[in-house]
Amino acid sequence: MKNKEPSQQLIIEGAGCASCVGKIESAIQSTAGVVSAEMNFADRTVMVSGTAHASELIRAVESAGYNAKLLDNAKADQILDEKEAADWEYYKKLLRDTFIALSLGIPLMIYGLFIGEMTVVTTTERISWLIVGIATLGVMYFSGKHFYVGAWNSFKNHSANMDTLIAVGTGTAWIYSMVVVLSPDVLPLMARHVYFEATAMIIGLINLGLALELKARGKTSQAIKRLIGLQAKTAIVIRDNKEVEIGIEQVLENDVVKVKPGQKVPVDGEVVDGHTAIDESMLTGEPIPVEKNVSDQVVAGTLNKSGLILFRATRVGKDTALAQIINMVKKAQNSKPPIGRLADSISAYFVPAVMIISVLSALAWLNLGPEPAIAFATVSATTVLIIACPCALGLATPMSVMVGVGKAAEAGVLIRNGEALQTASKVTAMILDKTGTITEGAPKVTDIVLANATDEKSVLQLAASLENGSEHPLAEAILESAALKKIELLKIQSFKAITGQGVKARCEGKSLLFGNAKLMAEEDVDLTGFTGRAQSLAKEAKTPMYFAIDGELAAIIAVADPIKHDSISAIKRLQANGIKVIMLTGDNRETAAAVALKVGISEFYAEVLPEDKASKVKELQNLGEIVGMTGDGINDAPALALADVGFAIGTGTDVAIESADVTLMRGSLHGLADAIAVSKATLKNIKQNLFGAFIYNIAGIPVAAGVLYPVFGILLSPVIAGAAMAFSSLTVVSNANRLRLFKTRES
Amino acid sequence: MLIANIVGLATIALIIWWFWLYKPKAKSALKTDVEVIVKDGVYSPALINVPAGKPIQVRFTRFDESPCAEMLLIPELEISEQLLVNKETEIVLPALTSGEYKFHCQMNMYKGLIRAI
Ligand SMILES: [Cu+2]
Repeated sequence: MKNKEPSQQLIIEGAGCASCVGKIESAIQSTAGVVSAEMNFADRTVMVSGTAHASELIRAVESAGYNAKLLDNAKADQILDEKEAADWEYYKKLLRDTFIALSLGIPLMIYGLFIGEMTVVTTTERISWLIVGIATLGVMYFSGKHFYVGAWNSFKNHSANMDTLIAVGTGTAWIYSMVVVLSPDVLPLMARHVYFEATAMIIGLINLGLALELKARGKTSQAIKRLIGLQAKTAIVIRDNKEVEIGIEQVLENDVVKVKPGQKVPVDGEVVDGHTAIDESMLTGEPIPVEKNVSDQVVAGTLNKSGLILFRATRVGKDTALAQIINMVKKAQNSKPPIGRLADSISAYFVPAVMIISVLSALAWLNLGPEPAIAFATVSATTVLIIACPCALGLATPMSVMVGVGKAAEAGVLIRNGEALQTASKVTAMILDKTGTITEGAPKVTDIVLANATDEKSVLQLAASLENGSEHPLAEAILESAALKKIELLKIQSFKAITGQGVKARCEGKSLLFGNAKLMAEEDVDLTGFTGRAQSLAKEAKTPMYFAIDGELAAIIAVADPIKHDSISAIKRLQANGIKVIMLTGDNRETAAAVALKVGISEFYAEVLPEDKASKVKELQNLGEIVGMTGDGINDAPALALADVGFAIGTGTDVAIESADVTLMRGSLHGLADAIAVSKATLKNIKQNLFGAFIYNIAGIPVAAGVLYPVFGILLSPVIAGAAMAFSSLTVVSNANRLRLFKTRES
Repeated sequence: MLIANIVGLATIALIIWWFWLYKPKAKSALKTDVEVIVKDGVYSPALINVPAGKPIQVRFTRFDESPCAEMLLIPELEISEQLLVNKETEIVLPALTSGEYKFHCQMNMYKGLIRAI
């Protein structure tokens, strides 16, 4: 709703001094439609009232030499609060409507069942039933108005929905009854029966069903609520050398933010001072707190456990990883997997089709039915309309997707949309990249085998000095190992890198060689007695490198990329699900074989170039497999894109949210197994819901039309149809809620 | 009896024509800024004509408390947005290629069509 003078708040960037205030205020005030502008310098916001559009205000501020952004007042948690308040109001209204309708319907029904016949013969009967009829009209007005108004509106729009069915159904029952009361003579004596109780009961029961469904629905959005609850409300920032506590939406990029132990990180940033351990489990599912030092990244929503840190804000507002995650989960929760589209296209034609069936069933009773045919025709037409309400069908898919996507998010798995969810449940072959996916992706020095040298430390010192400045990925492992042991590096002369073989240099008068067997052979270094050792290292998935001083072998240094601690168990989980697991790597055959053996993968391809990864995906697809591809995103991009489902491994700090079908926020491959388990459970749940909703309509409509009557004498009462209809969607929502209990991890 | 049958069949014909055969004509002129009211089970207008190739603002105001009206989906554009009760929610559409884009609620009970021309 609009106030007379709407106001909006802008955040100003680049206002460094108090003298900017006047300039900015007057720039805004000179914009057409602005009534007043007031700037708060402490938190760099301007409150503007007037009708000017935000983009004009931003332009005005820019022309004054500053930048401005509209402060979004509709914060996620505020939206959620408002939604809950609105739902609560609606819930109360529905219960009130139920109460009004049932307090007429139940006594009438009891009367009809136990005390009297609801027929109209005498004048007294006519007058008393007329009063009941008017009371029923009152119920229709007070408790059922929304059905009739909704039905009329959609009718005008040439569309029909559940309101249409309820309105036409209850309307038919009431009009028939009123005809009985007002002019009984047009009907045969046997057909002078009133159905006011049906009208009142149906309105009451359907309102009750809607109320209960609303309650159950609230639970389906728990995952989003939890994610939103992770956001801090305020942040302490340092401005003009003073600490100020401001709302998180007012934190600007490059602000220095202070986080004390026990507080939540309010926005994304880079640590500039202090060190601490941060619990990122709420985002990634990884239970162990992560050490953070200067220049490390921190993510909004995570919990500072131990130390005090200052960090520079790098992403604020809706750009933080958490905000993007919330946004994405919300989007995914409302997207539909292909399986749901069938239900959609059916429900588009459903209501008019039901109306036709209802007329046909009435005609059948009129022409072929026993006396009183007109009463039977009315009852069956009404019952068909009421029982065929497609509400449960419409809810079947969205409710399950909502819970399933939320459940996955709780396990640190972001599913991009309903389609990815459905395809993930059908994956038959899973390709895993080795480096960074199965392994840590950061090689480490594992063994130093001394040959002629006597001292491990000096070997490492010389080797690290030699590798300093080398671009080779293994060099980093050696440098890190030296740094860990606090070894100082030496000065190197006449450094020469030999592509594909290693490096050569002089240091402190010695000639040094560091590289593979080929380099040693070319430089005539004798490896006798050590090749066996090197081979056994290679079999353990380690890369042995030879280090020679003055033409003689000094040591073998082995470097390996360690396998993640839980890769083996996660791969077992996938295989236990009947998924063929395949490893692809650009690494050499020996290392690949050793890793594959260790993690229990029988099919692997080594020395594969990034572009060949994509053709491997294609190859498997041609064999009829539904291919999932898991990689850390950079060199695997073409293969990820080509696969039926691309699983990107991103850590909480560098989520590339929009790119992959599924993003695993923690490094563990258990996320992969979780993603597939959740998607399977969700699909199963959707199928249960669709089956329930379909069966209910497919079986319910003929029974309501009266197919059982000729043989068994069964004709459904409209009241029973109303009750069944009310609880069908409740059943669907409750079944979807069962998914919340699904356990994602095996442990 | 004959009359009843004729009335019944006429009703069926009417249902088929009204809900299935009737093609709505667009009332609105081409606009890049459209207001849609969500009330009593329908979007009004339910048919929006917009120029192709230009970004469009659609401002939805929801007066309908029913939870069915809560989500607005435009599947082709991967848009899903929560509509607050009694509030305006602005949705910015990217420049569209000419064609039809359906929008509807989560349950597909409220339906509308954006036609980019
Ligand atoms: Cu509905």
